[in-house]
Amino acid sequence: MTAARHPRRRRLLGTLAPVVASLAAFVVAWQLVVFVSGFPPYILPGPMSVAEAFVRAWTDGTMWPHVAATLVEVLLGFALGASVAIVAGIALARSPLAERLLSPYLVAAQATPVLALAPLIALWFGTGLPSKLVITTLIVFFPVAVATMVGIRSVDPRLLEMARSFRASSWQTVLRVEVPAAGPVILGAMRVGVTLAVIGAIVGEWAGADRGLGVLINEARGSLFDIPLMFAALLQLAIIGVVLYLVMLFIERRIVGAR
Amino acid sequence: MHPVPEPEAMMATPSARGPGTGAGIRLSGIGLTFHGAHGGPATRVLERIDLEIGPREVVALIGPNGCGKSTLLRVLAGLLAADAGTVSIDGRTVTEPDPRVGLVFQEPRLLAWRSAEENVRFPMELAGWSRARQAARAADLLGLVGLREYAHSRPGTLSGGTRQRVSIARALALEPSLLLLDEPFSALDALTRERFNLELLRLWERTGTTIVLVTHSIPEAVFLADRVVVLSPRPAHILADVRVGLPRPRRLSDLDSAFVSSLAADVRAHLVDTTDDAIAMEEARVAIPAGLTPRDRPRRYAETDPGTPALFDPFAPEDEP
Repeated sequence: MTAARHPRRRRLLGTLAPVVASLAAFVVAWQLVVFVSGFPPYILPGPMSVAEAFVRAWTDGTMWPHVAATLVEVLLGFALGASVAIVAGIALARSPLAERLLSPYLVAAQATPVLALAPLIALWFGTGLPSKLVITTLIVFFPVAVATMVGIRSVDPRLLEMARSFRASSWQTVLRVEVPAAGPVILGAMRVGVTLAVIGAIVGEWAGADRGLGVLINEARGSLFDIPLMFAALLQLAIIGVVLYLVMLFIERRIVGAR
Repeated sequence: MHPVPEPEAMMATPSARGPGTGAGIRLSGIGLTFHGAHGGPATRVLERIDLEIGPREVVALIGPNGCGKSTLLRVLAGLLAADAGTVSIDGRTVTEPDPRVGLVFQEPRLLAWRSAEENVRFPMELAGWSRARQAARAADLLGLVGLREYAHSRPGTLSGGTRQRVSIARALALEPSLLLLDEPFSALDALTRERFNLELLRLWERTGTTIVLVTHSIPEAVFLADRVVVLSPRPAHILADVRVGLPRPRRLSDLDSAFVSSLAADVRAHLVDTTDDAIAMEEARVAIPAGLTPRDRPRRYAETDPGTPALFDPFAPEDEP
């Protein structure tokens, strides 16, 4: 049962080995910096103490409620933002009038940093889930809407003529030709969008919340003054971002890969 | 001359339906002008085209590059509205894409994310057929074009010719009584193209549709069609309507017969004076001192010695922009 005898397993090993090696190198370098610089743990804790804090936070039940809150915000906000963005992108692509009317607001909303809008949104929507969803939706919306619009605009007009020759209604054309044809572009933007959703959730939490990884980071730095815990929360956040990205990548490959 | 083997592709299934359901078509006084975008110059593309096509007839439209053959086909398909005249199929006027018409484009235009079978089902889905009916019809059609074993392949994994077969099957999906083909085989190499022409005729025998096809190739037009309609350069009007009295079923060996060559020469005679090349040649002749060329003699390639290859073929397959 060696790896060499199983091509699938060997390929997986070939993909994973460099990742593991680079992670190991990163940890070693981190430890080395701590060792050489002599930074105190409240500036830069070593990987061992962060790992310890990470395990402790999970075992004593500190981590989970925050992770759960952030995950709900990210996933709901992403789903909401991406859906609204795809619908808006389709409308923008199909109607030049809609584009002319809406694009100034779209660009203005994108150009204003979400960080600056967050306090206002917290003021209007409170410190609960709704304000996080609004912020996350806002941050996911732009890239996905623009990609959808561009993707649909660049669908081969010959395919549209083909669909028309079979009397496709405009609704059928959207669902069966334009959106699938623009699929790779839309999914690519969604992959970017899901990592942006994590940012949106944390920004929302900083603007006011009682739970979430953003809150945990603030508490670890402030009232608790447990810097290794703060690093553990950051690590958890990075893991969430990477996992969501990989899930989107996997979905994208499943849908687009077969072309 | 050797016997031509029956292409196995066409032997796959019995006909999906009986022959004899072709549509009769009447074009009367068709005219069309393209108006340039943003006030650009208008181009007259079609001019007073009158054409009557009987049920089950195969008609080839031939003409110089950019003359408007494909435009005429789109008017027939209801994709473009003529600004003069009417198109009617079996007496009913065509104003929009018509369910009685199946259209095959120059490129296969398949949906890359769908399998061959799903591409063939596309028109049926749009028409709201039940899944069971779609599956049965798609299986019949894939059998008809000899692609049973490729049903689940994506277009990206198929050859150009195979993709075009899928596109023909798709055009036949809703049992059209008129099949329109816009230079369907122009992207294929010469040998494949001959085989596809033969397959098209077998398909025609089985389905019984009326066929109108646009082509660049004179031998192809003569081989396939009952009538070859020669169009002028822009604005296109009908220069000649050459009847091809070749018996059916036709065989590839017919292409080598003297009868086909003389018919092809006849078609070419109508065409040659209309092409840019012919005009350029004519101008060149004028430039040559009088007496050297018998300008009063009708210029026909048929009058050259038999066996002399044509110096050029302006209708060699090529992509029209």
